[in-house]
Amino acid sequence: MYGRRGDDEGMTQIIVVTDRLTKRYGDQTAVHDVNLTVRRGEVYGFLGPNGAGKTTTLRMLLGLVRPSSGSAVVLGERPGDPGAVARTGALVEGPGFYPYLSGRDNLRVMARYQGAADEEVDVVLDRVDLSGRAKDAFRTYSLGMKQRLGVASALLGGPELLVLDEPTNGLDPAGMAEMRRLIVELAKQGHTVLLSSHLLSEVQAICDRVGVISEGRLLIESTVTELRGASTVYVRAEPVDRVLATGMKLAGDEGVRQHDGGVHLDLAGDRVPELTRALVSSGVDVHEIRPSERSLEDVFFEMTSRSNEMENRQ
Amino acid sequence: MTITTQAPNAPLMSSVRAEALRLRKWPAVWVLVGIWLTANLTFAYVFNYIAYTTGSGNFGTGDVPGQALLADLMPDAIPRIFTGGMPMFGGAIMMILGALAAGSGYGWGAWKTALTQGPGRLAAFGGLLATLAGIVIAVVAATFALDLAASALIATAESQPMVWPPVSDVAQALGGALLILGMWTAAGVLIGTLTRSPALAVGLGLVWSLVIENLLRGVSGLLDWLEYVTDVLPGTAAGSMAGALGATTEAEGDGAPGVLTVLGGGQSALLLTAYVVVFVVAAAGTMRRRDLA
Repeated sequence: MYGRRGDDEGMTQIIVVTDRLTKRYGDQTAVHDVNLTVRRGEVYGFLGPNGAGKTTTLRMLLGLVRPSSGSAVVLGERPGDPGAVARTGALVEGPGFYPYLSGRDNLRVMARYQGAADEEVDVVLDRVDLSGRAKDAFRTYSLGMKQRLGVASALLGGPELLVLDEPTNGLDPAGMAEMRRLIVELAKQGHTVLLSSHLLSEVQAICDRVGVISEGRLLIESTVTELRGASTVYVRAEPVDRVLATGMKLAGDEGVRQHDGGVHLDLAGDRVPELTRALVSSGVDVHEIRPSERSLEDVFFEMTSRSNEMENRQ
Repeated sequence: MTITTQAPNAPLMSSVRAEALRLRKWPAVWVLVGIWLTANLTFAYVFNYIAYTTGSGNFGTGDVPGQALLADLMPDAIPRIFTGGMPMFGGAIMMILGALAAGSGYGWGAWKTALTQGPGRLAAFGGLLATLAGIVIAVVAATFALDLAASALIATAESQPMVWPPVSDVAQALGGALLILGMWTAAGVLIGTLTRSPALAVGLGLVWSLVIENLLRGVSGLLDWLEYVTDVLPGTAAGSMAGALGATTEAEGDGAPGVLTVLGGGQSALLLTAYVVVFVVAAAGTMRRRDLA
């Protein structure tokens, strides 16, 4: 099995691994044969649109939901095993607390559940900047404060693995930035973070690796850099056939695509002067020429539409 | 922040401490317990004492001679009347408590957060059960203390000799009360767990205990087999326990609703214990296996 304690060095660096993890609700397959791997110390982004199966997958990893088939190993244990859960901090699908208790008392209850000391409560409250409102009842909190309390509860006990499901949901722009800063800081301190999100820019900004899930299937798992691929150069010039011919000489036949009313060439940004010279000397009128990087968003839509097309064909 | 090695029963003890904290600070718990203690004092002592002192009929006591009324208000009558209000009214209150305590955590998402702290499902649920058991014991003790104080006060006011009840009778009454309230609390926990909704659980539980059981008992004479069933229903067991301890039944004209004499004391005790076990095991089994959405 993967990740069992005492395995070789490479395996102990993998702290979450799933093998064809599947969850069915009646006829509906929420999560389909998902194989994902989270390595120690990284921020892993679990990316997908709403309803793609992110939360269900995370719930299975935490032992809240039983898989219909397939298996998972979290921190060397079965999901939900008290040994694994104790070393995991989680915020899954919104913060769930007792509305009549203060933020501080809610955390005291949760600290007691894991046998942690009350003093830890003040530390984590401070961490998420809630100390000032700690005495107020949870029900009086704004959505952002509730979310921060959820993260505080996930931090109790100093977990090795943090599972954060859409942690920036409901936060205002400043709150989102603050939450991202906190996540990056936590990763720097050695926590491994498994983070789900439907916000591509967020994942692009803070994650080392991403898993893209759509309609219950994991489409790809890769580093953000690999996913975005090499940089391209965008050219808007006339006549187009001459642009294509010149472009192919520099970027190869496969490296040229017509798109967005212009031509994209698979060329590194530092080859722009060379390309410009070639275009001008072949008599092309150049209107615009600039290096362009694919955003994760481009990749994501490309990937999900491709997967939908394949499904339609089947 | 360090993870300490815990003893095998540590998750259960941690869960008890967690549940005790959140239930102790829940106003709903204090409101329910307060309502029960007030109602018990009012119906068992205040109204009857007013009826005795004014010589007028009150609250179903119209035909009871004054001396009999006063006898019920004395300390030595406590074992007899102690459980009278529990089968229906006290039981209903404790069922609400059980249903709220077990069911609310689903809607709030608090069970999910608690379980991701790592106590294990059975330990977390055991924490809730143990804390509720503690509340049942405290409620029975508080009811007894209040009854004792009220009866001693009335005995003093009426210059009656202070005759204390025999310890064995007191023990039986306390035991019976624990079983009646414990059974209804466990029923509330089960229904709260099954429905995952405190509102639905409380509604269904009250309709069952206050309406359906009574209706079934009403029509049980029509069908032989139905009578066998109604004789072993939770409400019958609770009512029979109170009846066996000496509480007056409603059928006798001046008793509390829900008090019955269908089963003997021993049978009632066994049946109530069996219900507690079945309700707790079914609720814990559900909690352990189910997906937590």
